[in-house]
Amino acid sequence: MEKIYKRPEAMQKRPTGYCPGCLHGVANKIICGLIDEFGIVDNTVAVQPIGCGALMCWTTDTDQIISLHGRAPATATGIKRSAPEKFVLVYQGDGDLASIGLAEIMHCANRGENLTVVFVNNSIFGMTGGQMAPTTLMGQKATTAKDGRTPLQGYPMHMCEIINQLTAPVYIERCALDSPAHVLAAEKAIRKGFKNQLENKGFSFIELLSNCPTNWGMSPVKSLEFMRNETMKEFPLGVFRDRSEEV
Amino acid sequence: MSKLFLKGNEAVAEAAVRGGCRFFAGYPITPQNEIPEYLSKRLPEVGGAFVQGESELASINMVIGASYIGTRAMTSSSGPGLSLMSEGLSTMAATPFPAVILNVMRGGPGTGAIQGAQMDYLQATKAPGHGGFRLLAYAPSTIQEAVDLVYLAFDKAWEYKAPTLVLMDGCIGSLMEPVELPPMKEVQREEYPLYTSPHLNPGNPKRRCSATMITNERDHEDWNRVQAARYATIEKNELRVEEYMMDDAEYVIVAYGTSARVAKSTIRQLRDKGIKVGLIRPITVWPFPYESLRKLDETKVKGILCLELSIPALMVEDVDRGVQGRIPIATYGRAAGIVFSSEEVEEQMMLHIEQDWK
Ligand SMILES: Cc1ncc(C[n+]2csc(CCOP(=O)(O)OP(=O)(O)O)c2C)c(N)n1
Repeated sequence: MEKIYKRPEAMQKRPTGYCPGCLHGVANKIICGLIDEFGIVDNTVAVQPIGCGALMCWTTDTDQIISLHGRAPATATGIKRSAPEKFVLVYQGDGDLASIGLAEIMHCANRGENLTVVFVNNSIFGMTGGQMAPTTLMGQKATTAKDGRTPLQGYPMHMCEIINQLTAPVYIERCALDSPAHVLAAEKAIRKGFKNQLENKGFSFIELLSNCPTNWGMSPVKSLEFMRNETMKEFPLGVFRDRSEEV
Repeated sequence: MSKLFLKGNEAVAEAAVRGGCRFFAGYPITPQNEIPEYLSKRLPEVGGAFVQGESELASINMVIGASYIGTRAMTSSSGPGLSLMSEGLSTMAATPFPAVILNVMRGGPGTGAIQGAQMDYLQATKAPGHGGFRLLAYAPSTIQEAVDLVYLAFDKAWEYKAPTLVLMDGCIGSLMEPVELPPMKEVQREEYPLYTSPHLNPGNPKRRCSATMITNERDHEDWNRVQAARYATIEKNELRVEEYMMDDAEYVIVAYGTSARVAKSTIRQLRDKGIKVGLIRPITVWPFPYESLRKLDETKVKGILCLELSIPALMVEDVDRGVQGRIPIATYGRAAGIVFSSEEVEEQMMLHIEQDWK
């Protein structure tokens, strides 16, 4: 019998720490599969965030560092500038990247650091129990927006569009993890992000729309419906920039 | 070797390069700007990297990245910047990540004064950040000593695999003096073992894994013990102090950095008048030279002046911890970039000698 589906080699042999139905696990699996595909498991440093994304430390069987909250792009800059031969992956959540770490991601992108950033946007602070994030939808409930987000709490921040204002980034795409077709598209986008760094092309930013059944207070299936009906309306999928061939 | 006439900030920047520094990230702040300015040009010449961070938060995290990957790294800043770095310093002390941190002190608190002062003593010695940790902290009082201690700080940071602080003050950063620079050290990237690796990835401990959050309580507590043991070793082995004219001293000044320079002039002036004054100068402010104070003979020493470029006095509690109430301690300070003259300190000494130390 031929084995056609298996756990990626770059994945640790232990359960993930994620809640049932959480799509962080899917994102981690895509990444580990690509590490296998490019044969870079011994040369990869996974720079992880504070937030549920830090649970990636139980997933990737690579070198890794959990950086301080929001500072993963800075930590990764220090690593890559000192060790350009390493493949440096940056993995961040939306509180980490778009709230406390807004300056770090903007300046890292603006310097065009040769890094691959995977940004998991679940529209909420997952790890700390469902508080409002900069990406929470208008009217969406959070533990710090009990009746739903109001204008006084700001509007959802569109990180792909914001980073697309900068000159240096090479590749910017927003994908989603709600369906097999979208997962395959996300894999393709992250593959390009990997390739860009390995070919010294510069900064790649891949946003993955994700869910949080636990803190959204929904079943996993309902959370996927919410993503399709609400999240994707606010955050359109697509390629915002692709200069991979030009550079 | 020939001597060069250099400004303090540039001299320590070159000393860092010679000590093996190959990565620097920092954010502009007076009075240390010549350090990043110098290194922005110098580091690429020796195959190193310079990044102007978007903030001190970013800069210290860049240094963490460079250190994680095994590069000798440094950042420099002044008071407000050090406050922003404190979360990073706490992480570095715990992980631990070796690096050299330079604080070219200015007047505080708050944004404070841009001129030199010595107002970060408590921050440096008691709480450079949250979570309870210690930093080996050198406090040079001449440019030559600053050069030598920055050079040494790299070796010590890597010996203990821990961040090491050099607590300069803005006066030393801005002075020009003749200095002899140490030889150029060729150092390679060195991927030292990380305590957290086997806890984060038990199946493959050869991976370099770093976090300051270890989910197993016992492992975390063991790790706290490892850190405490490291602090104890540093305390035992790394103390440095200068005792100047102490043999027959009847009065003592305790001062470090620029204050100690002024104190030496005051002591010579007073000795010319037959008044026997000596100086205890902490070269490391952590560990602190309590023993130099503990061994003072209260039947001979009549009074101690704790002298700092700070209002309020900050070091006095450490002085008293050594003296244990046996000898009267007075304090004197100027702040906001105002430096006392040796005559001014002499006047203070005479006031005490003629009144409360009789
Ligand atoms: C300086 C600091 N502030 C706050 C926290 C607490 N904290 C931990 S995770 C987190 C939110 C993370 O949310 P997000 O980035 O959206 O990731 P998710 O957990 O949703 O994947 C916060 C605020 C912290 N660890 N450090």
